[in-house]
Amino acid sequence: MALKPPAKKVRMKEQEPQERIHNFFEVALGYSEREAMEEAKRCLQCVHHPCVSGCPVGIDIPGFIKKIKENRFYEAVKILKYYNNLPAVCGRVCPQETQCEAKCVVGKIPGSEPVAIGRLERFVADWEAVNVKDNQIELPENKNKKVAVIGSGPAGLTAAADLAKQGYVVDVFEALHKPGGVLVYGIPEFRLPKSIVDREIAYIKSLSVRILVNTPVGRAVTVEELLQNYDAIFIGVGAGTPKFMNIPGTNLNGVYSANEFLTRVNLMKAYLFPEFDTPIRKGKKVVVVGGGNVAMDAARSALRLGAQEVTVIYRRTEQEMPARKEEYFHAVEEGVHFRWLTQPIEYLGDEKGTLIGVRCITMELGEPDKTGRRKPIPIEDSDFVIEADTVVEAIGTDANRFLLNQFKGLSINKWGYIVADEQTGATTLKKVFAGGDIVTGAATVIEAMGAGKKAAYWIGKYLEGEFNPWK
Amino acid sequence: MSNEILKKTKLAPQVYDFIIKNEEIAKRAKPGQFVVVRIREKGERIPLTIADTYENSFRMVVRAVGKTTYELCMMEEGQHLSDIAGPLGNPSEIDYFGDVMLIGGGVGIATLLPIAKELKRFNNRLHVILGGRNKDYVIMLEEFENLCDELIITTDDGSMGIKGVVTDGMDLVMKNTKINIAWAVGPTIMMKFCSIKAKELGIEKIWVSLNPIMIDGTGMCGACRVTVDGKMKFACVDGPEFDGEKVDWDELLKRLSQYRDEEEISFGKFKEQVGDLSWL
Ligand SMILES: Cc1cc2nc3c(=O)[nH]c(=O)nc-3n(C[C@H](O)[C@H](O)[C@H](O)COP(=O)(O)OP(=O)(O)OC[C@H]3O[C@@H](n4cnc5c(N)ncnc54)[C@H](O)[C@@H]3O)c2cc1C
Ligand SMILES: Cc1cc2nc3c(=O)[nH]c(=O)nc-3n(C[C@H](O)[C@H](O)[C@H](O)COP(=O)(O)OP(=O)(O)OC[C@H]3O[C@@H](n4cnc5c(N)ncnc54)[C@H](O)[C@@H]3O)c2cc1C
Ligand code: SF4
Ligand code: SF4
Ligand code: FES
Ligand SMILES: [Mg+2]
Repeated sequence: MALKPPAKKVRMKEQEPQERIHNFFEVALGYSEREAMEEAKRCLQCVHHPCVSGCPVGIDIPGFIKKIKENRFYEAVKILKYYNNLPAVCGRVCPQETQCEAKCVVGKIPGSEPVAIGRLERFVADWEAVNVKDNQIELPENKNKKVAVIGSGPAGLTAAADLAKQGYVVDVFEALHKPGGVLVYGIPEFRLPKSIVDREIAYIKSLSVRILVNTPVGRAVTVEELLQNYDAIFIGVGAGTPKFMNIPGTNLNGVYSANEFLTRVNLMKAYLFPEFDTPIRKGKKVVVVGGGNVAMDAARSALRLGAQEVTVIYRRTEQEMPARKEEYFHAVEEGVHFRWLTQPIEYLGDEKGTLIGVRCITMELGEPDKTGRRKPIPIEDSDFVIEADTVVEAIGTDANRFLLNQFKGLSINKWGYIVADEQTGATTLKKVFAGGDIVTGAATVIEAMGAGKKAAYWIGKYLEGEFNPWK
Repeated sequence: MSNEILKKTKLAPQVYDFIIKNEEIAKRAKPGQFVVVRIREKGERIPLTIADTYENSFRMVVRAVGKTTYELCMMEEGQHLSDIAGPLGNPSEIDYFGDVMLIGGGVGIATLLPIAKELKRFNNRLHVILGGRNKDYVIMLEEFENLCDELIITTDDGSMGIKGVVTDGMDLVMKNTKINIAWAVGPTIMMKFCSIKAKELGIEKIWVSLNPIMIDGTGMCGACRVTVDGKMKFACVDGPEFDGEKVDWDELLKRLSQYRDEEEISFGKFKEQVGDLSWL
């Protein structure tokens, strides 16, 4: 190896912790052109480019990075957009450290960080937004076949865009008043500004995709109507129903599911109450239960709403915690407290039904379970109370039955998710495909997009008469 | 364009009857279902019952109780609501039962109307009790008169019908007719007492239409959770109708008041902008 790249990624500017906990503006501020070109130089342009295999949509990573290095940003845009309809989103929220960047050769050099693929992707997408005015896309001839996409999260939007690019007429049905799925109702503004989601959605609409909001399929239109009126259907409704611990006191005022808490904050903009009408409890002492990204988002949102003290309680330890390291460090920097090996067993309330505290129990880690993680076991008589006026349970989601109950004949697995072929997205029902969280259970944005992309390809094949697993 | 207010009529002080253009909802709504409405860009999502459907429009009856409902009741014919999602919720389970008791209070009377019509279509005999604070609040009387086999009105001040509450009406009906199934729709506290009374009177089943705080209305957030028969239910997808004798009423009442402070702030600010509202 002739030239060893600098060991560290070019740093990305961020809002200072003390400043950012008082606002909902984006924390990470992005690269300048110079910084991006500097970082692009760290890429070795490997012939075997292992990074690409780490990306669920297989972006030509060395390809677009090379264009950045050469100051040919517009060409970088074209490469990225060929693979990924939502680069500004993925560049921000992908868990790069376990995907593309985990495979990067530079990261394998002892003491060296991988190439900042995510940050570069974000740079290119943001550069496009500022510098490319009319990105006229030439659509192929209309093929006169119609596809219905149910749900406008990353899976549905990707499937819709790719189908439109193939020349199909696409209608996307969305239950909420705004498209985007978790991107608009779950992931907070300070990690993913909604203006960026709006921009990406405008792009998808520019492909002549029709998005029908306020249309919960199963009620507002029936499954039978869709089966009758469309040549194929893609289901991308997300996981989307909250799990609760179901311990005593769950229905006290002040106890939220993460879905409710984040929906109020993000979709309904309760942090701008009373300018916006939706209220939210602005807790002083907030406890968040869970150790994933959703828990980090809830904790950091609570801080920004003005909480004096936010404590995340997690039944395992820092090592087992599934949240992205970056988000965990951001939370620590901002002053979120963590209590490991702790599990709530009861919510305590006053006579008005308002939460006043959380009774917790201390855990210890036992033998590793089937997944290889050490199983937490409660320690007897170790319970104690944390004072709290707000609790957010971020312990995961289940498959929402809203649509599935109406979809006769669709096979569902034992966890309640749709059975779909991993390669093609084909379900057990003729002309119906599915992908995203409703197939895999809660996963990631880019995996949902990958599933949407694959399904779009195979839906195309099916509509051309080249693929039919239901014969 | 959809979601236009085609017609607005005052039914009582702070109670307005709306006809809203929306073909899709008109085509599909069944008795017992509701919509989730957002009246403008910065607005909240609130559930409202579908009171009737027509060719290309549907009806909803709104009682102004706070910021959003006041603002809605002040909107004019020709204006549009930004968003309406629906129909949502399970339709009422209607069949031929014979004699059915129907109890409506306040704006719940409007929720009861489509249920009553459907029950009548199934040839049930309807024993209806409508209650209100005073005669002004006993709304939609004529529409019920045409449907019922027996009609009892109760008012708190005796300005119409008997002076008393709807549970007194329940006693009266039971004197002459054996009832096995009932629907009660109205304020939560009324539905609670109707359920207790139904149990006392040996009515086998009393359906109530619960009105917890909702956001999405599709089972996504869990805000609308209620305890029924000791189990957690999401009213928007498992209901809104439940067996009243199994509902944890006190919990629901407490949950309904959880944003009282914020609601006061919001309404206070609104009143500062629009001035006196007593005329509404
Ligand atoms: C708070 C939070 C933070 C996260 N952070 C990250 C992160 O940093 N990085 C990452 O990669 N992943 C993250 N994830 C996970 C990621 O967001 C999801 O895996 C991804 O959004 C799944 O996409 P989807 O398209 O399958 O479903 P969703 O995004 O859930 O979208 C489904 C859409 O379908 C709609 N819908 C449901 N039912 C119906 C119906 N019957 N009719 C019409 N529409 C319907 C819903 O309203 C919704 O808009 C996070 C998730 C959450 C909740
Ligand atoms: C299934 C269902 C059907 C309903 N049908 C009707 C109807 O046909 N006509 C009618 O006038 N009212 C109906 N309601 C009640 C109506 O939704 C509330 O009165 C309205 O949301 C109050 O909003 P506000 O901003 O005007 O008042 P606020 O001052 O904000 O609230 C007043 C009270 O209304 C309740 N409330 C507040 N926000 C919500 C919310 N998002 N969802 C539910 N309740 C809330 C709370 O108990 C609160 O204390 C129904 C409620 C449900 C759940
Ligand atoms: S989409 Fe995600 S995984 Fe793929 S290259 Fe971009 S950041 Fe990496
Ligand atoms: S593995 Fe790393 S260095 Fe190699 S091409 Fe990919 S990003 Fe560049
Ligand atoms: S309103 Fe959100 S789950 Fe019922
Ligand atoms: Mg309100």
